[in-house]
Amino acid sequence: MKAAVKPSVWKKLTNQLDLQSMVWPGIIFVAVFSYIPMYGVVMAFQQYDIFNGMMESPWVGFMNFRMFFEAPEFWNVMRNTIVISLLKLVITFPAPILLALMLNEVGNMAFKRFVQTVSYLPYFLSWVIVSGLVFSLLSVDNGTVNYLLERLNLSQEPVNFLAIPEYFWSILVSVNVWKEIGFGSIVYLAAIAGVDPAMYEAASIDGASRFKQIYLITLPSISPVIIIFMILAIGNLLSAGFEDILLLATNPILRPYSDVIDTYVYRVGILNARFSYATAVGLFKAVISVILLVTANKIARRADVSLW
Amino acid sequence: MRLSLGDKMMQRTIYLLLILMSVIMLYPFWNALVISFNEGSDTALGGVTLWPREYTLENYYIVFQDHRLLNSFFITILRTLSGTALSVFFTALLAYGMAKKTLLFRKQYMVFFMITMFFSGGLIPSYMLIRSLGMLDTFWVLVIPSIISVYNMIVIRTFFSALPDGLEESAKIDGCSNYGIFFRIVLPVSGPVLATIALFTAVGHWNDWFTGAIYITTDDLLPIQTLLRQIMNSNIMTEIGSSNAIALDHMNRNRTVTTKSLTMATMMIATIPIILTYPFLQKYFVKGVLIGSLKE
Repeated sequence: MKAAVKPSVWKKLTNQLDLQSMVWPGIIFVAVFSYIPMYGVVMAFQQYDIFNGMMESPWVGFMNFRMFFEAPEFWNVMRNTIVISLLKLVITFPAPILLALMLNEVGNMAFKRFVQTVSYLPYFLSWVIVSGLVFSLLSVDNGTVNYLLERLNLSQEPVNFLAIPEYFWSILVSVNVWKEIGFGSIVYLAAIAGVDPAMYEAASIDGASRFKQIYLITLPSISPVIIIFMILAIGNLLSAGFEDILLLATNPILRPYSDVIDTYVYRVGILNARFSYATAVGLFKAVISVILLVTANKIARRADVSLW
Repeated sequence: MRLSLGDKMMQRTIYLLLILMSVIMLYPFWNALVISFNEGSDTALGGVTLWPREYTLENYYIVFQDHRLLNSFFITILRTLSGTALSVFFTALLAYGMAKKTLLFRKQYMVFFMITMFFSGGLIPSYMLIRSLGMLDTFWVLVIPSIISVYNMIVIRTFFSALPDGLEESAKIDGCSNYGIFFRIVLPVSGPVLATIALFTAVGHWNDWFTGAIYITTDDLLPIQTLLRQIMNSNIMTEIGSSNAIALDHMNRNRTVTTKSLTMATMMIATIPIILTYPFLQKYFVKGVLIGSLKE
């Protein structure tokens, strides 16, 4: 049986060599730049030595993981990762849905287009630029926020917002909402546009207010889209943020509130060159993320929505 | 349709909220623009909010004199152009192959690609790979590792699959190979989707600072966003100034430029090219995002 199948597969393959050759460059790129690093995680179980390389470095089992769990930073890093992720899930995630619902109530097309265009703008700015804008606005000596607070007699002396650890989470989440809200709303607006208008007519004849219609028709209609994006967001739960935190929390004083797994890996791994240890921490995060993703997908399946 | 009182109130509130939001969206950017056109020492007094108080072009004048900045601006343009062209081409080629139902091992290939969307080796193993490939501190590290985007491949593939079969069939009868069909028929009719992908890839390249931050140490290869971050981080704008005599002269004589005013001018230079392109492409990218979010 096997002998009969093999030649035919081979023949089919040679027959479509030109088609296959279109796919192979892509496969090679992904194999090199995605799969080799995946193999590289074995470093997490080694005591990596730059001079010996991965082949020669000694195996140490779970030592690097244990070191992380016992590290003085562990609880802090975990708490920040989880709290920041949850804040983003509860605030940054629903914000575009809210915006889409509001935009849908706007009858004036020109105004709607204007608001949309303006709200997309921050998405196209790099995090470097965004952090620059934030520093400028919140600056102690000449930032607009302190200027306003002073003019309105709300504060006696300028507040150094980015040097107060307790403020960091709110600043981080606000900036994320600012950057992502407009762009994120595109998908939800499209989903809302797909809702059957007859349903609204029927509801308004029954005397349902606009608010009730949103609650009883729009939201249930777009819930599959919301759930899909929710699953993806949960899969990224441990990626509390990287660029945004790295760039906004430049002041080390913020670290007790700003350090998350990814920034920790960057600091320990790249800046301190503890390659094995940082890989272990990164692997710990990746494994938990996959578990979260699979679980979220499983739960969503009960509602008949799923990623795969 | 007549609106009830409650509905009217709701609508008013929504308009008000959206206007407020628009102001919040625009203001930070507008304020930075204003500061970049305001005299530095005057900005330091505070209160420059909606309009320049002491209008000047000096900040830009000095920034444009700096060779480090001009160089990284050039690197970023080069990288954005070559990176986008290579990435869109190879991703589209892959997507075309993957769109063919007859492709052998199609399912297996798809699993192979999908896994990378959910799991990756992480920062350190990637760094080690780039190092052992000898790509540290080269221009190509900015371009090559990101050539294939699985997400973009899926978007383009969805578009290709929706093309009518007849389009290719006739070419096939005329003896056209898959490459012939790809170049002469499929690519020309795929303008909108490729433009969308190209826009996002280009924005990604233009805005990326992290690749430069970890893989590049020589100054003359730094992308502008990476350089900008260094400038802001260590507030070395004064040092940048001192790299050319003109700026130093300015600073010593009238002290009209400050770290802040120069940083704002640099930020504007690093942002304006992107801001200028996006209103023109808006209608494309909205469509593109929608193709991308379709379920298979």
